[in-house]
Amino acid sequence: MNSNAERILETVAGFRQLPEGAFNIRHNGKGVNLRNSPGISIIPRKDGKGITVKVKPGTVGEVMHIPVVIDQSGIIDLVYNDFFIGEDCDIEIMAGCGIHNDGLHLTQHDGIHTFHIGRNSRVRYVEKHYGSGGTAKKVLNPVTNLYLAEGAYMEMDTVQIEGVDTTKRVTNAKLLEKATLVVKEKLLTSGNQTATTDYEIDLDGCGAGVNLVSRSVAKGSSMQEFLSKINGNNECHGHSECDAIIMDNAVVTAIPVVRANHVDASLIHEAAIGKIAGEQITKLLTLGLTQEEAEAEIVNGFLR
Amino acid sequence: MLELKNISFEVRDEQGAGSREILKDVSLCLEDREFMVITGPNGSGKSTLAKIIMGIVKPTRGQIVFDGTDITEADVTERARMRIGYAFQQPVRFKGINVSDLLRLAAGHELSNDQACRYLSEVGLCAVDYINREINASLSGGELKRIEIATLLARGTRLSVFDEPEAGIDLWSFQNLTRIFEKMRNDHNSAAIIISHQERILRIADTIVMLADGRVVKQGSRQEVMPYLMAHAEPCEIGKNFCPDLQRLA
Ligand SMILES: Nc1ncnc2c1ncn2[C@@H]1O[C@H](COP(=O)(O)OP(=O)(O)O)[C@@H](O)[C@H]1O
Ligand SMILES: [Mg+2]
Repeated sequence: MNSNAERILETVAGFRQLPEGAFNIRHNGKGVNLRNSPGISIIPRKDGKGITVKVKPGTVGEVMHIPVVIDQSGIIDLVYNDFFIGEDCDIEIMAGCGIHNDGLHLTQHDGIHTFHIGRNSRVRYVEKHYGSGGTAKKVLNPVTNLYLAEGAYMEMDTVQIEGVDTTKRVTNAKLLEKATLVVKEKLLTSGNQTATTDYEIDLDGCGAGVNLVSRSVAKGSSMQEFLSKINGNNECHGHSECDAIIMDNAVVTAIPVVRANHVDASLIHEAAIGKIAGEQITKLLTLGLTQEEAEAEIVNGFLR
Repeated sequence: MLELKNISFEVRDEQGAGSREILKDVSLCLEDREFMVITGPNGSGKSTLAKIIMGIVKPTRGQIVFDGTDITEADVTERARMRIGYAFQQPVRFKGINVSDLLRLAAGHELSNDQACRYLSEVGLCAVDYINREINASLSGGELKRIEIATLLARGTRLSVFDEPEAGIDLWSFQNLTRIFEKMRNDHNSAAIIISHQERILRIADTIVMLADGRVVKQGSRQEVMPYLMAHAEPCEIGKNFCPDLQRLA
């Protein structure tokens, strides 16, 4: 990999040297390096478009990295990654996609991730998105499908802080009895960027629960759209929260839907869109910060 | 060190027709290392005056001189960089900014954990419990007030304005609070203006200013003003708080 690719890898995956444990590194549309671990086997698909990951029941404490780096302008990469996670596991999966586009062409990565999480397993899934380079478009359209078996727990942390021109994120989830899903989404758009996130979550099992928290900052003339639909199909708890800071000429839309199909479904949605509170800026000014420094601190803290 | 000359602050009233004067021709003079307490009933203009000193509110008339420089037109950042500090009556809450961030921003440089913890201990907070807490709605009013005071300690200000610092510190002794003020005076060769209704804070003042209805109604050394206040005071809460009956004075 060249220095751009290495820099992107470090930004989205947090390493330059190969990490411990299982990993699969995809560069410019091809798997370039892969390692299995005692609990995790990675099987490349025959068509080259992704991987199938099998995690043995009872695998605990392992961390798997699956970063994607694209630094060749014009690549349009469509990838299917399927994860089959056995029962009683406790693992982390660190995904990330970075595009450096110095060329003239649209560069795009659409990752379709499907997780089948076994009974009583815990999975933390982290996904970082990042773009850099010139004016040619960088596009990321991740689709995440989640199937949580009885008692499964998943935390999904997604971050997109910089440089992605257009993104449409679709997340679908089905939760069985006592399964829990926690989603933490962080998003910053600027310039003419657009970002859409669209969640549809089915709480099918008794005692299933979801907590969906989105924090975003929209600057410049960027546009953001937050769509979420939580279907309470049983005795369950659903909570979604969309909290956006709007700046400049940005546009933010939040369209939450909570739908109770069962008398014992308890569903809450909170949405707040507003500019940075004036008193927060004033407080930081009194500590000697300038207006711009104060805004930057507030935004960084908000998205941390 | 600080001179307020004929400060007035006027706002348009709700209907937009007339106007209302919130501060009326207020003049004050604060010497180096002076410890001034401003007291007066709710709505008398104390917080407005504090904000005018910090530059958060611009007076409609009058002049402010700090260390010989006219700062009437200086903005908040400039005044902060001249080492004027203000502890808000109602501390601001944030999302995602934690106590150690605020202390670091206040200090203007990276702080070691030890240093940050020292400021928190000074305000009677157990540092390990608070250093990584977010400054959000999960903190109580009293905790926020103490953190607010700790940020002023971290700043090392030359002039500190505390707006009702005693509010909500029920469990924390006044002795601690007054000790902080005395320590500040010794450490930084600084001066302080404290807005307070508390007799125990008034008792450590060098000078006392009483505001009522936007006007200075009494001003002088503690020895001069205190007896006057006591004579006009009415105990409000089983003699615990000091509550001058200012309607009568005004
Ligand atoms: N910007 C403003 N516009 C209108 N009224 C104000 C403004 N600022 C303060 N006031 C009013 O001025 C009075 C004094 O307020 P304040 O300075 O907060 O008093 P204190 O701190 O002594 O309780 C109050 O009646 C308050 O409502
Ligand atoms: Mg006040």
